[in-house]
Amino acid sequence: MTPDDVTAEAVTTVVFVLLALVAVGFGFLVFRVDSMARATFALAVSFVAVGGILLLLDLDYLGVVVVVMMVMEMAIMAVFMIAYMMNPAGLMPMSMYHDKARAMSVAVGTFVVLAGGALLVDWPERQGAPPADVTEQVGLGIMGSHMLVMMGIGAVILTTIVSALVLASARSRYDRLGDDLKTRPARDPIRGGVGP
Amino acid sequence: MPVSELLLAPLALALLAGFVVVSYGADRALAARAAGRELTAAGLSPWPDVARLLLQRRRTTTAPDALLWRVGGAGPLVAAALMLAVVPFGDTVIADLPVGIVWFNAMDVLLWAFIWLAGWGAASATALIGGYRYLAQALAYELPLMFALTAPAVAAASLDVREVVAAQGDRWHVVEMPIAFAVFLLCVAAFSLWGPFRAPAGSDLAGGVFAETSGVDRLLLLAGRHALVVAGAAFAVPLFLGGGAGPLLPDWTWQLLKTLAVLLLLVVVRRRLPVLRPERFAEVGWVLLVPLTLLQVLVTSLIVLAEAP
Amino acid sequence: MSLEALLVVAAALIAIGLYGALSQQSIVMLMMGLELMLNGVIVAAASFWYYVAPSRPDGQVLVLVVISVMTIEMAMGFAVQTAIFRAGDVELTDEATELSG
Repeated sequence: MTPDDVTAEAVTTVVFVLLALVAVGFGFLVFRVDSMARATFALAVSFVAVGGILLLLDLDYLGVVVVVMMVMEMAIMAVFMIAYMMNPAGLMPMSMYHDKARAMSVAVGTFVVLAGGALLVDWPERQGAPPADVTEQVGLGIMGSHMLVMMGIGAVILTTIVSALVLASARSRYDRLGDDLKTRPARDPIRGGVGP
Repeated sequence: MPVSELLLAPLALALLAGFVVVSYGADRALAARAAGRELTAAGLSPWPDVARLLLQRRRTTTAPDALLWRVGGAGPLVAAALMLAVVPFGDTVIADLPVGIVWFNAMDVLLWAFIWLAGWGAASATALIGGYRYLAQALAYELPLMFALTAPAVAAASLDVREVVAAQGDRWHVVEMPIAFAVFLLCVAAFSLWGPFRAPAGSDLAGGVFAETSGVDRLLLLAGRHALVVAGAAFAVPLFLGGGAGPLLPDWTWQLLKTLAVLLLLVVVRRRLPVLRPERFAEVGWVLLVPLTLLQVLVTSLIVLAEAP
Repeated sequence: MSLEALLVVAAALIAIGLYGALSQQSIVMLMMGLELMLNGVIVAAASFWYYVAPSRPDGQVLVLVVISVMTIEMAMGFAVQTAIFRAGDVELTDEATELSG
């Protein structure tokens, strides 16, 4: 290996160790801080670190997509956390745990099993090399050989939208459109920007 | 990325600062014209305000979350600077990411976090409402923005910004996809709390997310707002306006001139349109803009198929 | 940066997420534990793609599936939380006992 390769690999290793520590450390901080906003954004930092690890693995598109999706989710999650938690700003120290000892032992046991498996299992050899355009590989994959996956996810997301709205909405269509579903314009508390 | 291109970063930051000063000056000029005051050089300069804010003593509320507040205050400026990292100036670009368009999207999504944190950290009711209004507005414009960014990527068959510029050889994208261009400019205004989208920083909330900021934090947030408009205008040029293409002058000059043109367009529009309430805009965003941008991507795809060799 | 190191990081994320999911009293904090576990799965899937089968899109498709699953789980979790909160002011896992026993 040339000296350039050695430095590049050293830099990659250092960056990887940093990102791994940030991901795991901030992941643990999620459950230790008192303020809900800080917990949510500690999780967001952990996700950004995971996105960085994906960038190190040549997964450019997926790394950036992880950052996009997860920061959006964390911002929305923050809204719900503030709404449903009793102590959102962490102004009072509180301890919202149950079964802490058992949870800790189960978690440590799981880590030992998984990490032990990771280190002891004889993983297969690498088959082939990453293509020149990694994004094109996943694009052609989900539109070609794995299109069933794409269609399945599409159907599941549509179902989720419908069921989440049905569960979360306090008003049904009978409240909006009257008992015979014929009242137009619809009786909404907030006027929309388009139409009546 | 090689070290020489990292050295371009200070130059890019200086250009960003320059354009922020121009944006601020143009905005003040239009405000003075609208108020009937005469234009003076001193009235257009940002330096008195900068000096005043730098020397101002920091105000604070009873129990702010200082860490999150500072992060939210400085965040928009950092996001704007990172957006500029993928904009090509002629042949040079600071970070030649193969996924430059998605990177821009990621930076504007970071604003969801930063502006909400600026509202939350202040521990003040009006600031919090401003932050929540921003999330409501962001939910409405984010999907149209993503589709408006997808259209040039489809036309160029690449997510790399330089390849999008190269694909505009015979015809600029603004001719082919005007709806995507218009929606993109609208979303740039929306994520910078600019013009009709200033409800999160609105005057009915005593400044909203700006309400309790003072001193350096306020300066960073105000500068960040202008910087986001500059970064959005700078990104619109390689995506829709042909990058550095143009007669006579070198590429980077045309890039700067076109950025200036889009920036001035956004500054003129700022005061012309009334504030859109986020709950009204939610319906506009989902019922009107998402189908429009989807149709735009369809039309673009059909054009690409028709022109395929 | 080897496959084993990445898998250990994934295992750590899954373990911490599991600790959170088992020990938190609040439903929304429990969901954050689940998100961390899926985070670990993303790291594992991506490292398997890179170190075992980079010439096939399977690993990347799995990462996309897991990202969608995270979003779906969060949406449904908050919808269910909203529904039971509205029904009975429930916000802790210990109180959500309508189907137990």
